[in-house]
Amino acid sequence: MSVRIHEQDFDVSAEMAAMRRGNPKIGAIASFVGVVRDINEGDSIATMTLEHYPGMTEKAITEIIDQARSRWEVLDALVIHRVGTLKPTDQIVLVIVASTHRGDAFAACEFIMDYLKTKAPFWKKEITPQGARWVDARVVDDRAAQRWEQGSKKGQ
Amino acid sequence: MITLLYFARLREALGTGREELALPADVTTLGALRSHLAQRGDAWAKEMAGGRNLRAAVNQDVAMPDTPIKDGDEVAFFPPVTGG
Repeated sequence: MSVRIHEQDFDVSAEMAAMRRGNPKIGAIASFVGVVRDINEGDSIATMTLEHYPGMTEKAITEIIDQARSRWEVLDALVIHRVGTLKPTDQIVLVIVASTHRGDAFAACEFIMDYLKTKAPFWKKEITPQGARWVDARVVDDRAAQRWEQGSKKGQ
Repeated sequence: MITLLYFARLREALGTGREELALPADVTTLGALRSHLAQRGDAWAKEMAGGRNLRAAVNQDVAMPDTPIKDGDEVAFFPPVTGG
């Protein structure tokens, strides 16, 4: 299990290969990559700056991974989140989950991403032709995380 | 003393990201601390007002208005998160 926050880019293929290596129990690896879009809320995005809370961010993501491990079979998990200045087409975030079978890998990967969006302390500032603006939290992201609450259909 | 941290839009609005504060004797909870900071007026009054959608953490754990605050704590205030 690993959480990394840094400015530099990541190599999905290399990270997956590293996870597979030496663990013959792994039968499925699911991954998610978040990418910077060129349009948000109708405005074009020149660049975006990501800020985090060093220490708490790593701790919050580790707790999210621990929750995923308590609900699904997770043999290994990795989260990389970039900070600093990014531009459209850049990778922002990577989640990789390894399990014995695909069902647990898919579910745990989506759960970790949904919870990261609403619980891990990151903040985005977009630079648009109209100036710089902090991105507001989105209701759809709260709903995505709420789907996983114990007892809800998706979380079962 | 406690360490106060402010992030993102809040840091810019307050003009500071970090400060050390001698904790007044009557400030024992996060809610009381927020009210205490609001009394500084201007941007502080506006940003720390009750209606503002602010999140907080005490020693890097998510905190609520009734979370106790004690000497030596690290307290952070920030807007709702927008990562990923």
